[in-house]
Amino acid sequence: MFDGVPLSWFLIVATIMFFVGIYGFLVRKNLITMLMSLELILNSVNINFVAFNKLLYPNHLEGMFFSIFIIAVAASEASVAIAIIINIYRRLVNIDVEKMEEMKY
Amino acid sequence: MTSNQIMFFIFSAVIVIFSILTVSSRRILRAATFLLFVLVATAGLYFMLRFNFLAAIQLTLYAGGIVVLIIFSILLTSQVGQKLELPSVKKRIFAAFAALAGGLVCIFAILQYNFPIAVTDLSTERTTIDDIGKAMISTGKYGYALPFEVISILLLAAMIGAIIIAKKRKD
Amino acid sequence: MIDFTYTVWIVLIPLIIFVLVGFFGNKFKPLVSGVIGTSGLFVSMALSYYTAYQYFFVLPKAGDVFAKVIGYNTVWLKLTDKLHIDLGVLLDPISVMMLIVITTVSFMVHLYSIGYMHGEKGYMRFFSFLSLFSFSMLGLVVATNIFQMYIFWELVGVSSFLLIGFYYEKDSAVAASKKAFIVTRFADLGFLVGILILSFTTGTFDFITLTDPNGPAMLQGSGIMFLGLSTMTWSMIFIFMGGAGKSAMFPLHIWLPDAMEGPTPVSALIHAATMVVAGVYLVARLFPIFHFSAPVALDVVMYVGAFSSIFAAIIACTQFDIKRVLAYSTMSQIGLMMFALGVSGYGEEQGLGFMASMFHLFTHAFFKALLFLGAGAIIHAVHSNVMNEMGGLRKHLPITHLTFLIACLSIAGIPPLAGFFSKDEILAAGHEKSMILFILGLTISGLTAFYMFRLYFSIFWGKEQHYHHTPHEAPKVMTIPLMLLALGAIFAGFLPFASFVTSDGKPFATHIEPFVAIPAVLVGVIGALLAMVFYKKETNIPERISASLGGFYHAAFRKFYIDEVYLFITKKIIFNYVSQPIAWFDRHIVDGSMNGISYVTNGVSTKIKGFQSGQLQQYAWVFITGAVALTLAFIYLWTN
Repeated sequence: MFDGVPLSWFLIVATIMFFVGIYGFLVRKNLITMLMSLELILNSVNINFVAFNKLLYPNHLEGMFFSIFIIAVAASEASVAIAIIINIYRRLVNIDVEKMEEMKY
Repeated sequence: MTSNQIMFFIFSAVIVIFSILTVSSRRILRAATFLLFVLVATAGLYFMLRFNFLAAIQLTLYAGGIVVLIIFSILLTSQVGQKLELPSVKKRIFAAFAALAGGLVCIFAILQYNFPIAVTDLSTERTTIDDIGKAMISTGKYGYALPFEVISILLLAAMIGAIIIAKKRKD
Repeated sequence: MIDFTYTVWIVLIPLIIFVLVGFFGNKFKPLVSGVIGTSGLFVSMALSYYTAYQYFFVLPKAGDVFAKVIGYNTVWLKLTDKLHIDLGVLLDPISVMMLIVITTVSFMVHLYSIGYMHGEKGYMRFFSFLSLFSFSMLGLVVATNIFQMYIFWELVGVSSFLLIGFYYEKDSAVAASKKAFIVTRFADLGFLVGILILSFTTGTFDFITLTDPNGPAMLQGSGIMFLGLSTMTWSMIFIFMGGAGKSAMFPLHIWLPDAMEGPTPVSALIHAATMVVAGVYLVARLFPIFHFSAPVALDVVMYVGAFSSIFAAIIACTQFDIKRVLAYSTMSQIGLMMFALGVSGYGEEQGLGFMASMFHLFTHAFFKALLFLGAGAIIHAVHSNVMNEMGGLRKHLPITHLTFLIACLSIAGIPPLAGFFSKDEILAAGHEKSMILFILGLTISGLTAFYMFRLYFSIFWGKEQHYHHTPHEAPKVMTIPLMLLALGAIFAGFLPFASFVTSDGKPFATHIEPFVAIPAVLVGVIGALLAMVFYKKETNIPERISASLGGFYHAAFRKFYIDEVYLFITKKIIFNYVSQPIAWFDRHIVDGSMNGISYVTNGVSTKIKGFQSGQLQQYAWVFITGAVALTLAFIYLWTN
């Protein structure tokens, strides 16, 4: 209990955010919107880590460091992903994920 | 209802509503803006939990860096006024089913589980940047010198990779 | 004791040349590869002569017997402690004699080929194959054990195949090379079976142990009977089958005339002087076993040899292609050698036939190689193989004419040329056995003289034909080997052969028996004179005789229909009743099951390739639902 807010509330918010991100990842056709969904997913995980850290092991910093590293990874992932997207756009003049199937069978 | 609870409800409402808007908006620039709101609200949650440094990072890196990057790429690759195509109904149903099933399973599991409660009030406790900095370069227990170095290499590699990939080819 | 380790180089030098010319031949000029091959063979020849000198004159005899010496030996495959396959050099009188024959003829042929093959495509290929052949043949004769012999035996077959098919753009050459390979391969199957039986009953491959008159081969195996013959007899008959295939004995002779499709120097080296006598050498090598444990097999050798000899002599009288005449002549002479082995006994005077056979092998190599090389020079000059298109060539090709005449006289057994002495010994051996065999030998001699002089007169006398261009004598590089071989054909007979090569290694003295020699010479002279009457001037006697002989002449001209019989057996019987059912089985059952498997695989993969849609979100959906399902399972199913 953290000043009246239990841990499970944080977790439920994070879960909702996570699965909304999943839903977005599954339905969005535009690569950039898919990337945004991915950011949502990563963010929800961050919330989990931080909440666990603070509410269960307040004298440690692991959760927070995990979050920091995840943010760093997310930043690099976003930059590379966007580079790829721009490259794809340059070649195919669209970034619709359903049309990228040249490598199938 | 404590002020904390009110704060929490506001933040979580923002998070949930704008998350859903982010994944359902048909104007891509708006979706990016909604994502920004979600990220800012998340930073609010971090502040509530007294992780000031992390919240600051969340604001600067996520909200300031990544979202701006995304908006740039949107401007480069899409026509801003255009509405996105609506995905097919079948696809939406399947995706919603998967997401709902997963969400329900997780929430159910969370509610069933009794978490040990270690902390009740930590309003006075703060994690200082001093602690974080020391942990970041310490090599002992709870030290993060190695991951720190690794992540810096990763960032460098990502930077170089992004430049190489996005660079215009001569041919 | 003298160190004979250097003898291994006699064998290895041609191999080195083969590798050098075969792999790097295109780096240097064609002529260079010829010179390398020839000089390498010269070194081998010199070493062989040195070995012969050391062996016969320097090495002390063990109680006036020429001992068998292992010059070099290495264990190659160790099967068990007792049974192992070695590679090495075995020196005894016959192998040393063969070393001389092979290296000499091979050197002559190499030298001759420099001129004969001049300007041909594949000049270095020719020389590399020639060296490969020399290597294999030398390895064969120095084999210390029967398995090494078998290995080199096959290598000889391969190089013969390669050289017959040298003009691989000609369909007939390809067919001939295939025929030679398949027929000899078939015979070698018998050889292998024989080796297996022999080594199984005696427990050794080693020649020295095998041919020891008191060794295990003589004691074992004679007790066990199969179809009325001992296992030893069976193994010897099978081994002789291999020898008969290589030596073109009836009925496995059909490949030899066709093998004349190869370049003429090849015919001289492989299909006259060396490879085809491998069968004789094989029987000679195992002679003690034949004599002591398998006399029935030795009779088989004798009958097959005698029959092949007269059979081939008759065919040779009717052929018009000069190389084919020579091929049948070769077959006939080898038949004589086999015959001599077959009538021979063991030990000193008893082993006269053995000695005669080896002696004839030795002299035959010279005059037959000479005949072939001379034929090559003639073909080189007139660009034809058919003797009807030749005539009056003595003015144009004086050296060839003279050497050819010497060779003909020699093979016809006119004294004092080499052929006289060796043939005389064979006839003497036949005479010792029985009168009928002696008369048979005389008949063969007469026929030999007849067909050789028929050839000689048709080519060099007779009416001058109209040629495309005036025939001219071959270059020096071709005539010098002819002259050298002619020297051999004249003087080789004066060697006291019986003091070197005998069945048991003990020298003995031979002398010319007048009651053998006089009829033999008479028959030879009569044959030659008949040929002179028939063919020196153009007459119609040959036509009249062939017409009066009618069907027999025709049958002989068509080589007694042996080829047709083979074709009938293979095409009509084996192909229809054996191969076709097997082919059906292969096509429908073996291929069918394979096709079925591939068809099923193909169908299933077509069905499931839809999963590989390339749709990222589909994959993600499957992944996530799978993860959720697993989570559910973990939480609710696998918790107690």
